[in-house]
Amino acid sequence: MPPLVVDVRDLRTHLVTRWGTVKAVDGVSFALGEGETLGLVGESGSGKSMTCLSLVRLVPRSAARALGGQVLLDGEDLLAKTEAEMQKIRGRRIAMILQDPMSSLNPVFSIGMQMREPVALYHGLRGRALTARAAELLAAVRIPSPAQRLRSFPHQLSGGMRQRVVGAMAIAAPPRLLIADEPTTSLDLTIQSQYLGLLTELQERHRFALIFVTHNLGIVAKMCDRVAVMYAGRIVETGPVRRLLTRPAHPYTRALLESIPRLGTRSERLTAIEGQPPDLARLPRGCAFAARCPSVMDRCRAEAPPEIAVEPGHWTRCWLEMPASGTASSGAPA
Amino acid sequence: MSALLEVEALTKHFPVRRGLLGRAIGLVRAVDSISFTIEVGATLGLVGESGCGKTTTSKLVLGLERPTSGAIRFQGEDVLTLDRAALRRYRRSVQAVFQDPYASLDPRMRVGSIIAEPLVINERMDRAARRRRVLELLELVSLPPRAAELFPHEFSGGQRQRVAIARALALSPRLVVLDEPVSALDVSIRAQILNLLRDLQKRLGVSYLFIAHDLAAIAHMSHTIAVMYLGQIVEWGSADAVALEPRHPYTQALFSAALPIDFDASREEIVLSGEVPSPLSPPAGCRFHTRCPHVMPRCATEEPPLRPHANRLVACHLY
Repeated sequence: MPPLVVDVRDLRTHLVTRWGTVKAVDGVSFALGEGETLGLVGESGSGKSMTCLSLVRLVPRSAARALGGQVLLDGEDLLAKTEAEMQKIRGRRIAMILQDPMSSLNPVFSIGMQMREPVALYHGLRGRALTARAAELLAAVRIPSPAQRLRSFPHQLSGGMRQRVVGAMAIAAPPRLLIADEPTTSLDLTIQSQYLGLLTELQERHRFALIFVTHNLGIVAKMCDRVAVMYAGRIVETGPVRRLLTRPAHPYTRALLESIPRLGTRSERLTAIEGQPPDLARLPRGCAFAARCPSVMDRCRAEAPPEIAVEPGHWTRCWLEMPASGTASSGAPA
Repeated sequence: MSALLEVEALTKHFPVRRGLLGRAIGLVRAVDSISFTIEVGATLGLVGESGCGKTTTSKLVLGLERPTSGAIRFQGEDVLTLDRAALRRYRRSVQAVFQDPYASLDPRMRVGSIIAEPLVINERMDRAARRRRVLELLELVSLPPRAAELFPHEFSGGQRQRVAIARALALSPRLVVLDEPVSALDVSIRAQILNLLRDLQKRLGVSYLFIAHDLAAIAHMSHTIAVMYLGQIVEWGSADAVALEPRHPYTQALFSAALPIDFDASREEIVLSGEVPSPLSPPAGCRFHTRCPHVMPRCATEEPPLRPHANRLVACHLY
């Protein structure tokens, strides 16, 4: 097991809104070592992005009344840090790449202006050395003629190039943890493969832990060591990628895998998941998936299932996996 | 099977102007001499990356843009030379469902009125007959009758897309253009809509022009697939031939980039270098030659025609 980088324990982010308390993240735990990649999978509103924002404490301050649990980065609890301390961690020890590169870049400043800021902050460089280092970073993300590109503005670059610039800024430090929230969703397919290759290469070089948020299970299969499937603010199943995608334990994971068209399945009918995801402000008492679950039992509606180990490193929140003897052995990652 | 829609050498060029009154300074060859056929009751999947001309093609088929040259024949009749009355009939027979059901439905209209609107405009129906037709359409897309009294914001994304489908079917069209119909929906909802679209096709015998960037969804839904690159069709054939045994190097790269979930799928991944060139100045010869892993000297000078090879049409000098 590589040295642990992040250890998230029982993370809770509850948002107070006019419509009630929304349990956006409700008891999420996972751990990630150096050079490892965790795929965070789920539908919109399942809490993937909120989990990521909670890690760097960027949840909307007015609404987030309850931020609970622990986020340990190299053993230090980020939730106990002051805002000033967090500012030194963001972008330096934890970097983020978001879905839309245009919203991460400032349209009125040249790429060079924007690149120089993180580089100056973290390396204390100035003048020509600073420009040279910024160009090096652009070259590292394979942007052709980087010195000229420093003078370009974001609108002059293609979507793939912009996302590379964001990638270059993310590794300026370089970080211990990189959070990539749907980084390729706005990119074309052939550009997506280039970008995924680039991320893998950067990870091999810098050994950062990577959290990859996506709803594309094909990307998960290619990029990740482990997967966590989120549903209604909770991780309902987590395990090694191959195991989880070939022998899923949770009915939601199984249904998700069956509902996706694959090449060469023309004649088959897709297995649709009926119904809608639940309202996070009015979660049911029991399992949040009970209303849509094909294998629902009485117990599911009465009681939310705990984390139940299927085998070491693979656990699920489903009563179906409850051993007959009765006592749940918590399989949460140590 | 017989052809419902035949498109021949269809071309659309957009002039690029500079300044207010604008002298044309260039030409975007958005669609450059493409030909395809859609059979009655069948689905043609149109595949390609942004800027390849998919959406322009769908606009030409819908009659929202006039082509620079080429022909569109619907049930044997040339659409571009129709008189007003015939053109109106054509437009009734070809309907569309768009990507974002949050943008395509008027938030101030009740769902019943949204679905009835094409009927009000096109059919001489009394109120009771219209009402019956709306209920019939709601039943067709598996929405309850009371949905007619509600507003779009009271529905989820998947249900809204059902409303959009019901509206598209109101005039019993023969062809529906589906422009990314599930891309804005959640993964667990997509299968519901894809299944619904297939059931409707079986039940009504309607044809689809299906545009999406999700290749597995395209392969699942389509009978034939046409792959576009920079305004041209580079490969066109049966869905299984194109998706499972692609021959054009671009199709091969595209389908290998559509990552499989299965681990036993032992397919090599082809990563293309570079980006799609600007359609303002497409490369000479084969337009794909600047990124092609199998490029040969003649590719830079000689444009490969679309010709039959291994049960499909492919435009490549390799074959």
